[in-house]
Amino acid sequence: MAIEETLKKLAEAYGPSGEEEEVRLLIKEEIGSAVDQMYEDTFGNLYAIRNGGAGRIMISAHMDEIGIIITDIDDRGFLRLAPLGGISPRLMVGQRLRFRDGTIGTVYHEKLNSWKDLDWPKLYVDVGFSSSDSRKYPVKIGDLACLAQPFVKQHNGRFMAKSMDDRAGCAVLIEVIKQLSGSLPHEVCFLFSAQEELGLRGAKTAAYRYDPDYGLAVDVTLVGDTPEAPTMAVSLGKGPAIKVRDNSLFCHPRIRQLICDTAEKNSIPYQLEVLTRGGTDAGAIHVTREGVPSGAISIPCRYVHSASEIIDGKDLKLTVLLVEKLLQGLWPQIGGSNLQ
Amino acid sequence: MLEQLSNLDGISGREDSVRSYLLECLKEAPLETSVDTMGNLLVRKGKTVQKPLMISAHMDEVGLMITSIDKKGMLNFNPVGGIDSRVLPGTRVRFGDACKPGVIGVKPIHLQKAEEQEKPFDPETLYIDGGFSSEAEACRHAKVGDYAAFDIDCISFGADCYRGKAFDDRAGCLILLKLLLEDNGLNFSAAFTVQEEVGTRGAIIAANHLKPRFALVVETTAAADTPDNENKQAGTVLGDGPAISIMDRTLMVSRRMREGLVALAEKRALPYHYRRFTGAGTEGGAIALSGEGVQTAVVSVPCRYIHSPNSVISRRDIDNTMSLVRAWLEKHQ
Repeated sequence: MAIEETLKKLAEAYGPSGEEEEVRLLIKEEIGSAVDQMYEDTFGNLYAIRNGGAGRIMISAHMDEIGIIITDIDDRGFLRLAPLGGISPRLMVGQRLRFRDGTIGTVYHEKLNSWKDLDWPKLYVDVGFSSSDSRKYPVKIGDLACLAQPFVKQHNGRFMAKSMDDRAGCAVLIEVIKQLSGSLPHEVCFLFSAQEELGLRGAKTAAYRYDPDYGLAVDVTLVGDTPEAPTMAVSLGKGPAIKVRDNSLFCHPRIRQLICDTAEKNSIPYQLEVLTRGGTDAGAIHVTREGVPSGAISIPCRYVHSASEIIDGKDLKLTVLLVEKLLQGLWPQIGGSNLQ
Repeated sequence: MLEQLSNLDGISGREDSVRSYLLECLKEAPLETSVDTMGNLLVRKGKTVQKPLMISAHMDEVGLMITSIDKKGMLNFNPVGGIDSRVLPGTRVRFGDACKPGVIGVKPIHLQKAEEQEKPFDPETLYIDGGFSSEAEACRHAKVGDYAAFDIDCISFGADCYRGKAFDDRAGCLILLKLLLEDNGLNFSAAFTVQEEVGTRGAIIAANHLKPRFALVVETTAAADTPDNENKQAGTVLGDGPAISIMDRTLMVSRRMREGLVALAEKRALPYHYRRFTGAGTEGGAIALSGEGVQTAVVSVPCRYIHSPNSVISRRDIDNTMSLVRAWLEKHQ
C-alpha cells in the first residue's frame, strides 16, 4: 500500500529542526503536479495549494524531527552535543546519530556515580576519529544530527520509526493530496512546516504569510495504553484523536465539533485528546494576525521523541479518510472570520 | 565612547538617556532617524530600499525596580531582567530620575549567625538603603516604580580591557553607532531596541516595521574562560574575537548565514569563534519570526561576569566584531 512506502521514505530521511531540505525534496517529489501551486519561503516551509471556493484552510504537518546540535569538538576528536527539541539525555545513550553528510556516530557517557547524574554535559559523540586535526574530520561545530534508525513493519499492522513525529502527519497530508478529487468548497493550503520542535516557529511565519480563515494541524499525540503510563484516554488503534487542548491551544469548539460530526457521518472511529503538555502547529496558527479558528487531528503514537516511535496503520489510514472528508465539506462561518 | 555608553542608566522600559545620547551623536550625520511608540530608535543610512539590511543592538540593561518602601525608609526592589541576587549585597546603586545614591544592605559578619554564614542571602530580604531615617523621608525622594541602576563608572584596565556595567548591550550599540557615523558608503537600517532583557520585546516591533531582507543581531554573550569554569562547552573566550551563534533558546541560526559569516571572517583574517552553548535568548528569535520570517544571525562580543555590576570586555573583540559586521553589510549591499 502506497502510504506505507511514502511513510518509510519520509521517516528514514534526515530532517532535524532547521535542516528539513531532504524531507522537503521527498515531499515535493511525492506531490508532483497534484496541486495547483507550490512554493517555499525563507524559513524552509513548503506550501502546496489546492484551489477551491471562498475561504482558506491551512492544514499543517511539520517536516522537522528532534535531533541534536554539535557545540564543541575536543583534541581527541570527541564531540559535545545539545538537544534540538524536547529529548531526554537518557534516551540518547548508545543511540546512533546521522549527520547531514551521512556520517554515523554514537552517543555515550562519561563516568557516572549514579544514573541520576546523566545529563547533556556528560554525553559525547564518537565519530571514529582519534583527533580533530585531520582534514577528513567530517563534523563542524554547529552541525546537526538526527537519530539513525530504520523504519520497521511490526506485527498487527504497526509501524516503528525514529520520526513518526511528524512524518506520519506528512504522509497523511501527501496521501490526502493524492486522493482528493473534484472541486473543493474551500481553498486548501497544505503546509509542510519547519522548526516545529523548537517552538512552532515555521507555522508562525507561514500562517502570517498565507493568512488563512481556518487552521488545522495533523501531528502525533501521546497515548495512555502502555504499562504504568500517565493517565491519557488515547490508545493505539482506536482511530484518530480529535484534539480538545494541549499547551499551545484550546481548539475552537466549532472546529472540533465539525471534525467530530464529519467522523460520525462517515463512520470513522475517533477518540478525544486532552493533552496536558506539548504543542502543535495549530497553536501558532490560531494566534496569527487577528486570530484563526483552529483545530487539530492527532495520530496516536507510543514512545514519542524516542528512537522507536510506534503508530498503528489503521489509525494512519483513518486519519487520511477523516482529513479527506473534512476538506470536501463546508466549514462553518465563525465570528470574525474573513469569509464572505 | 564605550565608557560614556556604559555609564548611562537605561534599564528595560526606561532607555531614554541612552536614546538621547545616541540621537545627540547622530544629529549632525546625514541619516534618517525615527523613534517608534515603544521607544526603539531606528536609523537609516544610505538609500531607501524596500527590504533593508537590518542590524540591531539593544539599549536596555538589567537593573532593579523599587516595589515598596518600608516603615524604616528602606526600599524593597525586584530585579528587571535576569540578575543573580547573590551578586547584589553590598553593591552601590543610584535610583530614581535624580540618580540618588543608595547601597544594597548587607548584614555584617559580626551579626550573622553561624548558619547564616553558610548560605547566600535570601533574595527576599535584600533592600536598598538610601540613607533615609523614616518612611516619610524616603517617600520624598523615592517612589514605587523608580528604577535603580548599578552605580559603577566604567574604566579601562589592563592592556585591552574595560570594566563596567551594561556592556550588554552597549558594546553592540557602540558598534552600530560607529558604523552609522563612519564614511563607508553602506546602505542599511540600524535598530537600537528597547526591553530586550525582559523578553526581546522592542525587537518584535522594530522588525515588523523594518521588514528586513536579512538581519544581524549584535550582542554580548557570556565568556566562560574564567578559573571557575572548566567546562569548555559552556561558552566563549575573551580575546578570541566575535562569537558566532549556532543556536540559542529563541533562534536556530540559518546555516547559510552562519557559514557566510565564518567565510567572511576567514577571508578577512578576522579572529572568530563559535558561541559553544545553545541556551539563553537574544532578539534574533523575535526578528526571525516577524512577519513572513526573516533570515537572522547573531554575533556577540564575549563578556565576563555579564549581568553583574562589574563586567569585563575586550577592546579588540569589539573592534573585530565591528569589522565582521561591516564585512557582512558590504557583502549584502
